[in-house]
Amino acid sequence: MSSLNLTSTHAGALEAAAEVEGRSLWQDAWRRLRSNRAAYVSMIILAIVALACVALPYALPWAYDAIDWDHVEAMPPNFELGHYLGTDSVGRDLLARTLVGGRISLMVGVLATLVALLIGVTVGAVAGYLGGRVDQLLMRFVDLLYSVPLTFFVIILMVMFGRNFILMFLAIGAVEWLTMARIVRGQTLSLKNKEFIEAARASGGSTFSIIARHIVPNVLGVVIVYVTLTIPQVILLESFLSFLGLGVQEPLTSWGVLLNEGAAELEANPRTLIVPAVFMTVTLFCFNFIGDGLRDALDPKDR
Amino acid sequence: MWSYFARRLLIGVPTLFAVVLFCFFLMRLAPGGPFDGEAPVPPEVLANLRARYHLDDPLWQQFFSYLGNLLRGDFGPSFKYKDFTVTELIAQGLPVSIENGLSALFIAILIGLPLGITAALSQNTARDYAVSGLSMIGIVIPTFVTGQILILAFGVWLRCTPFQLPAGGWNDGAFANRILPVTVLALPFIAYIARISRASMIEALRANFVRTARAKGLPYRTVILRHALKTALMPVVTFLGPATAFILTGSMVVETIFQIPGIGRYFVQGALNRDYTLVMGVTIVGAAFVIIANIIVDMIYGVLDPKVRYE
Repeated sequence: MSSLNLTSTHAGALEAAAEVEGRSLWQDAWRRLRSNRAAYVSMIILAIVALACVALPYALPWAYDAIDWDHVEAMPPNFELGHYLGTDSVGRDLLARTLVGGRISLMVGVLATLVALLIGVTVGAVAGYLGGRVDQLLMRFVDLLYSVPLTFFVIILMVMFGRNFILMFLAIGAVEWLTMARIVRGQTLSLKNKEFIEAARASGGSTFSIIARHIVPNVLGVVIVYVTLTIPQVILLESFLSFLGLGVQEPLTSWGVLLNEGAAELEANPRTLIVPAVFMTVTLFCFNFIGDGLRDALDPKDR
Repeated sequence: MWSYFARRLLIGVPTLFAVVLFCFFLMRLAPGGPFDGEAPVPPEVLANLRARYHLDDPLWQQFFSYLGNLLRGDFGPSFKYKDFTVTELIAQGLPVSIENGLSALFIAILIGLPLGITAALSQNTARDYAVSGLSMIGIVIPTFVTGQILILAFGVWLRCTPFQLPAGGWNDGAFANRILPVTVLALPFIAYIARISRASMIEALRANFVRTARAKGLPYRTVILRHALKTALMPVVTFLGPATAFILTGSMVVETIFQIPGIGRYFVQGALNRDYTLVMGVTIVGAAFVIIANIIVDMIYGVLDPKVRYE
């Protein structure tokens, strides 16, 4: 009986505590992000597009690489045959191709950005935290790479080692990390003299664990903004590579490949350009709005 | 100040050296060579070709002879354009690309800057949203798509009207042949510059020194043009460094679509044909341009920002 009573008062105390509970930075940011209408709508649209790209191709009557042999020409939308957005010039279902292409484009965007994130955050945090000669060396290296037209190197790599999906996102990631490294270094510099870092050091944390457990989680806010702004850049770079004929190989496709095909036969069937262009434009728009929204939401100055 | 820039230029030399080194070994280590075409070359011919281009020498020897020639301004013979040296090809293509790139940049500043500033001055109005929306479209749609659309519009649909424009070819740089490619090249830059200048102008307008300028009764025009604009220009200037690299890649697309004999097109064709020497030549020249552009940006920065001191 008494224990029951204790529990209930305990629960009451907890409830009271919950009412005045402080909001964490992330909860606060989430609240602010949700109140930004453009960013919120963008998140919903992006989720729908991503989900459609991943799941919808399985539910469509036509596979992305299946040729409709009865209609081997560009055909306007035909619901009876199951070509909801028509076919391309060799009779493949345009909707299926656009969705599978979106899957590839989004995958390249996300994976390349992850590669960039890994390199950039590591280099930036290490340079900023260690300072001194390591910092000098790493940042001079970043400066050096900044003054080189890196797209050239991606092209050379793709030409030399063939059109390879893994190489593509690795190469793009390897050139997109520079800004990330600079941003993270700047943040780390301002963090490393804070009391909690000093406390961690005083309690015997190793350099590695301080960087991994105290520095990195605290720069994530800035990093996440930059991630949402890097993904669209990578998708654009992928479309540029596709234009040069260095994109993913047929019958696999990406938005860049589809745009390139569509642009070539724009006069005969504009639909083959418009459909992938709309998908890609909307997606990149969403990423940009979310990035802007996140920046506003996470900016501590703007509170 | 001059010693600072002399030093920056000197730092550019090892950077360029690193570019040459990296390019050279990347190209040579990659599988496949410039002579594996569609039809296989007989082994005797291949041996002769390899001897002709010194491809059988030890790698380091090839590298140093290439470096030596480079210092004399000789980029070596092109593997695919048999009658030309790479130096000749670059000498032909570079002026074309520079002219187009500079025109595009000039137009982009001329249009993008006022757009961004008006958007900032009327923040959160229909005009602001229009500029922001349009500039996002300009950034998000790839150049090769806008290029094809403009070709179709002005070269095909408007044929036989006064608005028809040559949709391709160079015609020795006739004005009409330049309009479309320069427009396509400029569009994403207009968008970027409008976006950047809008953001920086909004920030400048909130700054204390602008409030002071207004408080002491200066006319609105003066506050905007003399006080806010100067600060707002700095991020735009910073963008001009990376913009040079952007223009290089943009020129690859534009020169390919419009069949313009610039270095961007040579690079694309060289890359697709594994024309090692040509690709390296263009990459080195491109890198040199980006390095110089970054130094120029730093100089402009010093003029605009009194806080910057060169040691």
